[in-house]
Amino acid sequence: MSKLTFSIGGIHPADSKLARECKIEVLPLPSKMYVSMFQHLGAQAKPIVAVGDKVKTGQIIAEPGGFISAYVHSPASGTVKSIAPRKDLAGFNVMHIEIDVEGDEWAEGIDLSTELVTKIPEDREFILDRVKMNGVVGLGGATFPTHVKLNPPPGKTADCLILNGTECEPYLTSDFRILLERTDEIIVGAAIMQKVLGGCKCVIGIEENKPEAISAVRASLARLGYPGISVAVLRKRYPQGGEKQLIDAVMKRQVKSGGLPIDVGAVVQNVGTSLAVYEAVQKNKPLITNIMTFTGDVVPAERQRNYLFRIGMPLSFIAEQAGGVPEETVKLVSGGPMMGKAIAFLDAATVKGTSSILCLGEATRRHPETPCISCCRCADACPMGLEPFLLKKLHVAGDLAALEQNAVQDCIECGCCQYSCPAYVPLLDNIRIAKGQVMGVIRARNAKK
Amino acid sequence: MSSVPEMLKSKKMDKMIVSPSPHLHSPASTNSIMRDVVIALMPAVIVMVLFYGWSSILVLAVSCVSCLCLEYAIARWLMHKPELFNGWSATVTAVLLAMNLPTTTPWWIVFIGAVVAIGVAKMSFGGLGQNIFNPAITARVFLLISFPVAMTNWSMPQGFIPAVDAVSGATPLGLIKEGLKSGQSISEALAASGLDVHYLLRDIGGSGGEISALALVAGFIYLLVRKVVKPWIPLSILATITIIATIFHAVDPEQFTGPNFNLMTGGVLLGALFMATDYVTSPSSNWGGVVYGIGIGLIVMMIRYFGSYPEGMSFAILIMNCFVPLINKAFHQKKYGRA
Repeated sequence: MSKLTFSIGGIHPADSKLARECKIEVLPLPSKMYVSMFQHLGAQAKPIVAVGDKVKTGQIIAEPGGFISAYVHSPASGTVKSIAPRKDLAGFNVMHIEIDVEGDEWAEGIDLSTELVTKIPEDREFILDRVKMNGVVGLGGATFPTHVKLNPPPGKTADCLILNGTECEPYLTSDFRILLERTDEIIVGAAIMQKVLGGCKCVIGIEENKPEAISAVRASLARLGYPGISVAVLRKRYPQGGEKQLIDAVMKRQVKSGGLPIDVGAVVQNVGTSLAVYEAVQKNKPLITNIMTFTGDVVPAERQRNYLFRIGMPLSFIAEQAGGVPEETVKLVSGGPMMGKAIAFLDAATVKGTSSILCLGEATRRHPETPCISCCRCADACPMGLEPFLLKKLHVAGDLAALEQNAVQDCIECGCCQYSCPAYVPLLDNIRIAKGQVMGVIRARNAKK
Repeated sequence: MSSVPEMLKSKKMDKMIVSPSPHLHSPASTNSIMRDVVIALMPAVIVMVLFYGWSSILVLAVSCVSCLCLEYAIARWLMHKPELFNGWSATVTAVLLAMNLPTTTPWWIVFIGAVVAIGVAKMSFGGLGQNIFNPAITARVFLLISFPVAMTNWSMPQGFIPAVDAVSGATPLGLIKEGLKSGQSISEALAASGLDVHYLLRDIGGSGGEISALALVAGFIYLLVRKVVKPWIPLSILATITIIATIFHAVDPEQFTGPNFNLMTGGVLLGALFMATDYVTSPSSNWGGVVYGIGIGLIVMMIRYFGSYPEGMSFAILIMNCFVPLINKAFHQKKYGRA
């Protein structure tokens, strides 16, 4: 059988899944945690606790600040020490609730047993409510509130729920580990989402470089016997896990520029989100933990780790638990090496979407830019079919109309162009700025209408 | 390993790089690509040296030294941008220039060629990546017009491997063109020169780099495997030449040479595989490349059949170079989600 993949562009960076054999370890609790009010896409959450309040693990401490927003829960029990702006990993000030951790006493009504609950609730509203109240957001990177995505607007129906288990970014292994260690829960989570979406089919996309995960999922599917769930084996290629690329690969449909996946009948959820949905619905357990990888090319093999962390632990605490940052590190990154963010502030708190701490050595250092030689590798690599070399030139020329005409706003910032450029031209840096400017123009025009 | 609290205190964190994604880069660089092109030219260079001997080594050496020195000097002292000097890129131009000249070319003509290639065609447009015309071909055409005798009196192969008895003469295409001009048919022209076509296809007098089709193709396959070039431009050039030559040859074999002959002579392979595929001076999209290749094929055959020059590959590539900006405007990548 030929393996599925998306149809335009893409690259094949080295896999570097150095932590793939490392079992998930549970981190101890630190003495302080900082819970960000801005760990999801959309409006900031609003704190509903006051300084000095006693909170329990899993208790709601902030509520959604708008339609697209999410609840936030306390990751441990203790006292609210402060509610104040604090730097996130990139160094921007964001409102955080600081908690002095005193223990791990859980709030009422949360099922802490590890027993698998396979019976899916009948009531759709009940499921959506649980997903919403437990603060579930997409864990594939974008952290879009899951209850919104699971509730398509009237007139739109889902044909296919795609579960994203591609983990196409090099180094990251957290999705791979949960596919191995939490397989059944992920499948039940998928069945729950299938039910909410009106019983559409579900395809779990996994890249061919994870054969253990593929067989684990197949075995679990056979054991649990939910109808309409299958595995799609995908060719290894980046950015296969991009929402639009995955839809193209699995359903052979393309989302129109400016459109949403539901327009072509697709809903894409990460496998980590599926696990969070399972815990939220079956266990009433809020999203206060996630899995992350501590890895990097300068981290020795015996110090690679996959951790289950409480959301709000400082990155520095996790790095310390992992034995410190290697001397050879020149850049710390949170997320994948292609789309992750460089860490400017290591004391920053983890958020719902945190997936890794990468310690990268000299190889990550940028080379000085040299002249473009028009080799067109950037255009060949772009999964959206854009011409990055042209967009860069248009950006330098300041031609916003031509940038819009050449679809700069379609860029998904996957980094394939800059990765491929033999002349080390910072294509994505330029395109990001251009995209921001063009989006501003489009918004202003739409506001006038 | 440094402990994290220590690291935070010791300001080591301040030395960490903070820059936007991506944080990885592919192993390919401009240098590695240009080096691959030089490697790909090596089989043909070796064959050239074996067949033409010391004279070809001299042309090659003069070309390389002049091109490298000129590019360095111009970048460093005239443009004040030493980073514009790229040794491998200058070497590609130098080797291609040497392969485009008769091996009897005097050293000073080779040097003038290097001045035109590097100084005029490349650096005066802004250097690497900025030139409109292929530097080696520009130089070849400049020399062809300026020194017609030296540039068309090709030596027959006479190197470390003995090839034929004749020591010098016109190229086969030149012979036929002269014959046709004076009213002879192709077979009469060839008979008058004492050569026959089958013989010509084995050991063809011409510029140094045209000598071995096999070596050129082998080098090109290396470039394909290394994903340095795509096959569309050469394929469309060769297909166009084949189709046109087949049709005309079928109509009148005494007036028009056939496809085999046209593919194997006059630098068609060297041009199609290594000069028309130059990144900077060829279109960016695949379909643009096809149009560009068809254009080159058409122009070559029109020059050969109806023009006054015997070959025409250089002119065809230069003419199509002019159209690249327009072709780039007409053809774009296929975009995701935009029908």
